[in-house]
Amino acid sequence: MFAIGERVRTKLMNPPGHTRLPSYLRGRSGRIVWALGTLPFSDRRAAGDATAAQLAYTVCFDAADLWGADAEPRSQVCADLFESYLEAE
Amino acid sequence: MSHSHTHETSAGASNRVKTLVAELEGAGLLTESALDATIESFLTHASPANAARAIARAWADPAFRTRLLADGNAALAELGIDLAHWAPVKLRVVANEPQRHNLIVCTLCSCYPIALLGPSPSWYKSAAYRSRAVRDPRGVLAEFGTVLGDDVEIVVWDSTAEVRYLVLPQRPAGTETLDEAALAALVTRNGMIGTATV
Repeated sequence: MFAIGERVRTKLMNPPGHTRLPSYLRGRSGRIVWALGTLPFSDRRAAGDATAAQLAYTVCFDAADLWGADAEPRSQVCADLFESYLEAE
Repeated sequence: MSHSHTHETSAGASNRVKTLVAELEGAGLLTESALDATIESFLTHASPANAARAIARAWADPAFRTRLLADGNAALAELGIDLAHWAPVKLRVVANEPQRHNLIVCTLCSCYPIALLGPSPSWYKSAAYRSRAVRDPRGVLAEFGTVLGDDVEIVVWDSTAEVRYLVLPQRPAGTETLDEAALAALVTRNGMIGTATV
């Protein structure tokens, strides 16, 4: 469980199957902005587990933490990410 | 991506869907008429007029605006708008402010609040929009004719799970005398995706 406002880092991963953690958001530092409750866990459902579900959060990332010096100033990207993608930072 | 490649990809997907439907029909799991009825019932009421009605109400009624931002599903239910989807989804409405602009994308596929905005425009599903919206949002917006001040922060919402996003644009100046129907007529689909300001 994560709290709103908590800093998290997404896992650096490259699973062979389906995942909803986009490549550009792997291994990145962000913060929890919303707790979404339990949502259908697509990674497992795609593997045949039709009822898989997991806690999910909306996580926001400063553009500079995604794109470095090439980031647009004053911009951020937020995505809805499952708990198992995230580690406390 | 070249134009011809886009067509090949589209044709490939179309063939896969046809094959899948034929297999499901052969296995007795689906009939084409049931499939058509499902698609038709879903799309019959899917229109940007649904979301525009909610936006206009939010402009006219500050208490509704607060409820819409807190719980989009419940606020739409108040208006009798059906957020029916093939699976349950949460609706998150994000409000533009003078110093903050919101933009919606689905980088992984094409997630979109179809019930509220109708079928998505082809550009929304294009590889170019999906890849550029998250790393060059200001440039993408400029190509839509939407030029924001340098002091305006841009927040890009990547719809990666069972949440659908809708942008609440700022109410245009000079609309104080308009009723909700007239306000709703001002709201565009692109304004609710975030590629336009209203």
